[in-house]
Amino acid sequence: MSDLRKSLVLHGGVLVLLFGLQFVLPAYHHGVVARVMVMASYAIGYNVLFGYTGLLSLGHAMFFAAGMYGMGLTVGVLGTAPALAFGVVAGALLAAVVGALALRTAGVAFMIVTLMFAQAGYLTILYFGTYTRGDEGFVIPQAQRVLGAVDLSDPANRYFAALALFALCLMVSLRLVHTSFGRVLIAIRENEERARMLGYNVFARKWAAVVISGTLSAAAGAFYGLLFGYAGASFAGVQYSIFPLLWVLLGGAGTVLGPLVGTLFMFYLIDLSSGVTSAYMLIAGVALVLLTLFAQQGLMGEVRARVWRWLP
Amino acid sequence: MDFGPYLFLATLEGAVGAAVLALTAVGLSLVFGVMRVVNVAHGEFFMLGAVLAWWVATTVGGHPALGFGVALLVAPVLVAGIAAAVDMTVLKRIEYDPERTIVATIGLLYILQQVTLMTYGPDARPVEPPFNARLALPWVEWAEGGLRMYWPWGLSTTSYKLAVIGAAVVVLLGVWALMARTRIGLLMRATQLDREMALAFGIPVERIYALVFGLGAGLAALGAVLVVPIQQAHYLMGADPLLLSFIVVIIGGLGSLPGTVLAAVLIGLSDGIISVFFSPTLAKILATLLVALVLVFRPRGLFGAQAV
Amino acid sequence: MAAVSLLETRGLSKHFAGLRAVEGVDFTLPEGEVRALIGPNGAGKTTFVGMLCGRIAPSSGTVAFEGRDISHLPAHRRIGLGMAYTFQITSIFARLPVLENVALAARRRLKGAAVTRASLAALERVGLADRADQIAGDLSYGHQRLLEIAMGLVQAPRLLILDEPTQGLADSEIADFKALVRGLVVETTVLLIEHNMNVVMETADRITVLNFGEVLAEGTPAEIRANGAVQAAYLGTG
Repeated sequence: MSDLRKSLVLHGGVLVLLFGLQFVLPAYHHGVVARVMVMASYAIGYNVLFGYTGLLSLGHAMFFAAGMYGMGLTVGVLGTAPALAFGVVAGALLAAVVGALALRTAGVAFMIVTLMFAQAGYLTILYFGTYTRGDEGFVIPQAQRVLGAVDLSDPANRYFAALALFALCLMVSLRLVHTSFGRVLIAIRENEERARMLGYNVFARKWAAVVISGTLSAAAGAFYGLLFGYAGASFAGVQYSIFPLLWVLLGGAGTVLGPLVGTLFMFYLIDLSSGVTSAYMLIAGVALVLLTLFAQQGLMGEVRARVWRWLP
Repeated sequence: MDFGPYLFLATLEGAVGAAVLALTAVGLSLVFGVMRVVNVAHGEFFMLGAVLAWWVATTVGGHPALGFGVALLVAPVLVAGIAAAVDMTVLKRIEYDPERTIVATIGLLYILQQVTLMTYGPDARPVEPPFNARLALPWVEWAEGGLRMYWPWGLSTTSYKLAVIGAAVVVLLGVWALMARTRIGLLMRATQLDREMALAFGIPVERIYALVFGLGAGLAALGAVLVVPIQQAHYLMGADPLLLSFIVVIIGGLGSLPGTVLAAVLIGLSDGIISVFFSPTLAKILATLLVALVLVFRPRGLFGAQAV
Repeated sequence: MAAVSLLETRGLSKHFAGLRAVEGVDFTLPEGEVRALIGPNGAGKTTFVGMLCGRIAPSSGTVAFEGRDISHLPAHRRIGLGMAYTFQITSIFARLPVLENVALAARRRLKGAAVTRASLAALERVGLADRADQIAGDLSYGHQRLLEIAMGLVQAPRLLILDEPTQGLADSEIADFKALVRGLVVETTVLLIEHNMNVVMETADRITVLNFGEVLAEGTPAEIRANGAVQAAYLGTG
């Protein structure tokens, strides 16, 4: 089997498995996996920038929140489908502006600039508390969560919508690594100056990566609001910028399946620990330190290094 | 109160904030300057200083001044020790790689914060100030062709607040003397200029790093001990000092100590003044945007000369 | 001047904080030539080449490529016009396979199956075809230098700039390299920055000597060898 075929079989198999799971999972885990798929889509968006382009953003929550609030604040006026589209476009535009500014810096400065922009975004949501209800957030009424004739508040429909979003993001990511554009992103990650001196417009490609990454993150945010019927400022906070970094590091940066594996693993780790302690962010903290110390490549990165060399 | 006395009061409150901020930010700046790493857990070392101060003061008991005095010595030293241990067990092992250090210190941030939540709990607790005499302040106004001094109602401060400003000045002078006048300061500056060269000259760079990381955290903790009689100790109190220190260090020029102090005074004062007249949220939005744009368009900071 | 030269600089200068690294260099490189650029350490060779390909902004002066002023084009646009540059300090994608390194250089002008074909051909020319699937970082130092040259060749450049390509190569590899460069003459123009006089004398059509940032002499290898000022400059620096 060619490497490409192996990869298609593997990723197709994962999607089929996720599709089949909905019929066997008990109600609680059914809900968790739906949530994981939406968050894994967010992580896939993050991975485009961090894993493939080598740019570490500490502010992706602003894109997630742009999608969530872009959808949530307009859904009452525009209707469900246009509001969803509005959220995604809002995230894409934000990413275009932030990318154009932040990419003038590199390394640590890029991390801090993205962190600051996201913090300004979070504070802006608090400042306009009249509309956003600040930290408390707002509920999206069930009547507005109907896409076409499909009621997304119904668990089965919700699972299916989450799977559709995840499958789309996974395919975008898988396609990306096989295009020459995606390969140039990897080249930029590996050696930016060499890529420039091969004649590639490095800035334009990094900017495009920020926009793609921000758009996928915004789509995840908009879907999250719609599927779970809630938008709140905490989704724009620092924690939600750290989460995708953690999930991607854990699952394996620069691997197509890494974001799903990392998100799933972390969700269940926190879920299991919640019986022991309410301080679940402790688990996240310990995981971050241990990952930086001992497992830079993450789970799927280790799999690629040891078993499946062809893993994209 | 009239506008004049009101502004004077706001400036005084701002000066207290600026003093504490200067200590915290100089700690962050020192670590960045010498080690070239950003410590995202810096705010948690601040928080730890405050919580430990509460713990020490309650354990010691007796006169408030006794408990506070012991806390002033013990808490920063304990925090510095913890930080030095983190440096040796974590940062050294990842070879001070700038990006990995940020990720690791984010992890550390959550560990310190959540362990504090699990042990100290979610409550905010005060430490009694060692002395707290109320000082009414005079103001002058034009009245019938001449200057007249009077004591506006509400225009006052406390002896403790003035002492905080004094203590910060003394400590900052101490840091300056340490860096400029001692052998250990010389070694730090040598390490800052050229790590490889310092290693070649037999300077124990690893020990210098542990020392600097501890010193940086200790300064944050000291700032927190000073502020905890005014502002209570709480496990989430590290976020604001971290954000403000970031702002100060970036505006002041990364790693430049005089620039950092100058920026701390400026930002501490304006933060105090602005938040009296405007929404603090709006002030913070503008401040964070300012920092981002300074980094984008003037990466050397507004006062500093060192590049990122 | 009759024909338009491939590369031309007029009054090209670079000052670093008062230090004149390159001063008023007028340099003309006709199409189809192998030109060597030599000079003692610190003569400004690397700075000069950096200004040619856009890595360093000149303080004053102009650079023209095929008669077109490119002084204000960013590096990637200049490469796009048909310059290729190999780094003095080996700069490859160390964690990617050898073939992908070359393919990245090829994809800017080719698509689909042609990429792999051209990449393998370039690897063949430098003698690395049998190592196409290895990780580039695992190659020996000499082979990494050859990989860089393959990455330059596959771009089918109008002008190939080689910055100290033989540094760190073994004698046998240097012999192969000389043959490779001579074989390029029909298809491209070469600007060679080189320390190894043996390589310079045997491969270059003409030689330009830089000293203290200025052109000291220019001529055929025989003329340069006989030039008293050049001898003095080299002897003066040991």
